[in-house]
This record gives sequence, C-alpha cells and structure tokens, in this order.
Amino acid sequence: MTDFLLYALLAGLGVALVAGPLGCFVVWRRMAYFGDTLAHSALLGVSLGVLLGINISITVAAVPLLIALGLVFLEQRGILSLDTLLGILSHSALATGLVLISLLPDVRVDLMSLLFGDLLAVTINDLWIIYGVAGSVTILLVALWKPLINITVHAEIASVEGVKVSAVRTALMLITALVIAIAMKIVGVLLITALLIIPAATARRVSRTPEQMAIIASLVAMVTVVMGLAMSWYSDAPAGPSVVVCSALLFLLSLTAPQRG
Amino acid sequence: MTEPLITLDRVSKAFAQRPVLANISMQLMRGEITTLIGPNGAGKSTLVRIILGLLQPDSGSVRPSPELEIGYMPQKIHIDPTLPISTCRFVQLANTSHRACHAALEQVGIGHLTQAPIQTLSGGEMQRALLARAIVRQPNFLVLDEPVQGVDVSGQNALYRMIAELSKSLNCGVLMVSHDLHLVMSATDHVICLNQHICCQGNPEQVTQDQAYIDIFGQTTAIYAHQHDHHHSIHGEVVDEQGNHQHGEGCSHD
Repeated sequence: MTDFLLYALLAGLGVALVAGPLGCFVVWRRMAYFGDTLAHSALLGVSLGVLLGINISITVAAVPLLIALGLVFLEQRGILSLDTLLGILSHSALATGLVLISLLPDVRVDLMSLLFGDLLAVTINDLWIIYGVAGSVTILLVALWKPLINITVHAEIASVEGVKVSAVRTALMLITALVIAIAMKIVGVLLITALLIIPAATARRVSRTPEQMAIIASLVAMVTVVMGLAMSWYSDAPAGPSVVVCSALLFLLSLTAPQRG
Repeated sequence: MTEPLITLDRVSKAFAQRPVLANISMQLMRGEITTLIGPNGAGKSTLVRIILGLLQPDSGSVRPSPELEIGYMPQKIHIDPTLPISTCRFVQLANTSHRACHAALEQVGIGHLTQAPIQTLSGGEMQRALLARAIVRQPNFLVLDEPVQGVDVSGQNALYRMIAELSKSLNCGVLMVSHDLHLVMSATDHVICLNQHICCQGNPEQVTQDQAYIDIFGQTTAIYAHQHDHHHSIHGEVVDEQGNHQHGEGCSHD
C-alpha cells in the first residue's frame, strides 16, 4: 500500500472517531443547520488565514468558533429567528470566503479541495494535527459526557441540578469548531454536516442508550471512510464525496433494521 | 420557628420595559405546600424561574437558605425521539445511583416502566417520570410548574394526592403553579394569588373568599357562591361594565 493511501486512511479514521459522537449531539440537539453554518464559515477561515498570513489550521477553527459565539449573542437579542440568522451567516460566510480567495493575488488555492476535501493529499503533518485534535476532543467529550447529555435532555432541569449550562454549551461549540477544522481536510466544507449526521442517524436505528449510539456512530463513520476510500481507489472518484455516498448507502441499509429503544 | 427555605424581598422584574413582577415578597417554608395561581400573563412562570435561579430579578433580593436543595419539575417537556434514553436513565441524569432511580420511579407508581424509552410514555406517565426526577435527590424543596398538564381529570386528582404525600414523606416545602383551582385547593396549605403583584394570599378558604381572588377567578372556581357583579376581559382579567380593571384588597397598582 502506498504512503498517501495509508495517510488518507489514518486521517479519515481519526476524523470518523470524533465525528460519530459529535454527530449524535448535532442530531439530538437539531443542530444540522448550525453545523452547516460553522462548516461554511471554515472556508472564510481559510481565506482569512492566507490573507493575514496566519497558520490556516488555526483560522479554520477560530472563525467557526467566533461565528458560533456570535450566533449565541444574536439569538439572545432575539432580533431574528435562529433559522434566519443561520441562513444569513451560513451563506454570507461561504460567499465572503469564496470572494476573498478569488482576490488573493499570488496564492493559488485549490477551491475544489476546500469545498469537497482532498483526502488523498493528507501529509504526515496533517495527521499530527488530526490526531492531536481528535484526542483532545475525545477527552473533552468523555469528561463532559454527563452534563452534555443532561443539558441536551432539558437545560433548565440541568441548571437547577447545578450544571453550568452555558459553560457546557460553549464547550460543545468549541468541540464542534475543532471537529469541523479537521473534517474539512477529509470531506470539504460542503459535506462536513453529512459526515456528522449520517452515521449518527444510522446508529440511532440500532441503539438503546446515548452511549451505544455514539460508539456505533463512530464505528459506522469509520466503516464508511474505508468503503469510501476503496471506492475512490477503484473508480477514481473524489474521496470525500465517495465517503459520503457510502455513508448514505449504509444509512439506507439501516432503515431495513428494526428500530430499537 | 424553622428557617424559611427561601426568602424573596421586594422582587421586581420587567421584560423590555414591560413590568411582569412588582414588589413580590414571600417566604417558602419546609413542610408547607404553597400554590401559585393567577391568570395568563400574571408572571407565574417568571416568578418560578427567579426562585429557581434561572432568572435574575431587576431589583429586590432572593435569599436561599444554605441547605436548600431544589427538585424541579418543569411544564410538559419534549425529548427528541432521536435520543435513545430509557425512563430510568432519564431520572439518573440527576446524578444518582441506579437504585435511587428505581426507588423514585416506584414511589411515583411507574416502577414497571424503568426500561421503557422515555418517548413512549403517555402524558400522565411522563409527568410521573418528571416527578420522579424531581424527588430522586431527596430535595427539601419541590418546585412544580403546572404538574398535571396533559393529564386526564382522574389522573390529576391522583397526581395531586401523590404530591401531597411526597411532601409529607420527604418533609419538604412545595411550590406549585396551577390553573385548576378546584383540585389544587384540597392539597394546599397556602395560596398566593398573583397578578404581577401578590393580590391576596392565605389558606385556601381565606383566599377563595377574598375579593381580589373572586375578582380574578369569578364564582365558577370559588368555593363559596357570590354574585357575579363584574365582567371578564378576554384575558380573564376582571373589568367593570366600562371595561376598567377592578381592584381587590391589597391591589396597589393603578
């Protein structure tokens, strides 16, 4: 097996590991559109990083995080519904990112790889970043698991029971921004939400507890990475979209399984 | 004399310059069931949220006793069907042992549903599950926001009786928000009639004879019959024939 394929496989598995549980929260908390918005803003992160000469790995996590915090602020002001706010932010971030990239003078940025990912171009450096982030996210998720589930079920009861709801919520946003930053490499900004929610939705059919669902979603995501890479290898299709196609196929298959719990 | 569980002193709250609560002072005691009644928009939920510490008052103070441990039962809640969670696990989210959770579910009469997915519970069963969650940490103060919502009339009676029994066995204070006065009255020690300010309060017999109470709720719900000498606006507020709000004893607003 060639190096680049091994790197691609390892990178995909690292992202899949954390995409599973995070995807569950996206599904449980109905944050799919929110995830989309943050993913689109990651593109703005790339262009700002290039423009300002900052390391892109930092800006692709920082911009979604800032957008997430901005959303919380705007939502509390109650000016527009969250849905409308997300629509405005999501598409203006994507458009601004695209415009800025096209304006950059000397830099040639591969737009296709930003939008749909470039799994086969993963370097050893990317691998370090992916596993560093995936490791930290796993630690955060495990440490905050109970309060995260508690605020997902009912934030007010959790608050009365002493959970620091806004701190836990902010941590979940940080986690989301981090996962988006690494998932971008694999499937690109346009397909990140698919990588998050399809394995989780697939896992729902066969899970009886939140923990089962999170772990099964992780496993499902890993299987789809392997399937997608194989599909890409043999058919020469782009890797990111192949992963998502395999993910969707597995989801369809799961619909035939009887619903548990 | 025992210490009050929580003391409110001249608490006021406004949303966007619209006053919702004005000058609310009260003490909630251990072993006493207090029912908060009032028309829609009277500020009942706002007051409950302030007592729970979910909202900060604009002025006035809320002083919880150091040993205050609250069990909270919110209004009917929705749990997303994508979240696989059993009734027992739902109760255990309160950070208690498996055993305590089983005991709490037994206590509220749904011990047979521990393994059922929470989304499959009926309206009455769900309210009981919420009650189990509220009592599982052995609180000394229960806050119940419209605890019988979505429960049929015979179930409502049973639920109120259960709440009265639980408050005795836990020796805790209870603050309950309610619309349906008839049923609540029998299980209540103290009634507070709220309409942005405290209109009147006392034991159920006193309150139902209070003019301020009758003005708001009319004779349909009062225990003692009286002449219906006023009209109600569509908001349930009491108005005279010219459409002006009538004042009860203790009413200080214009």
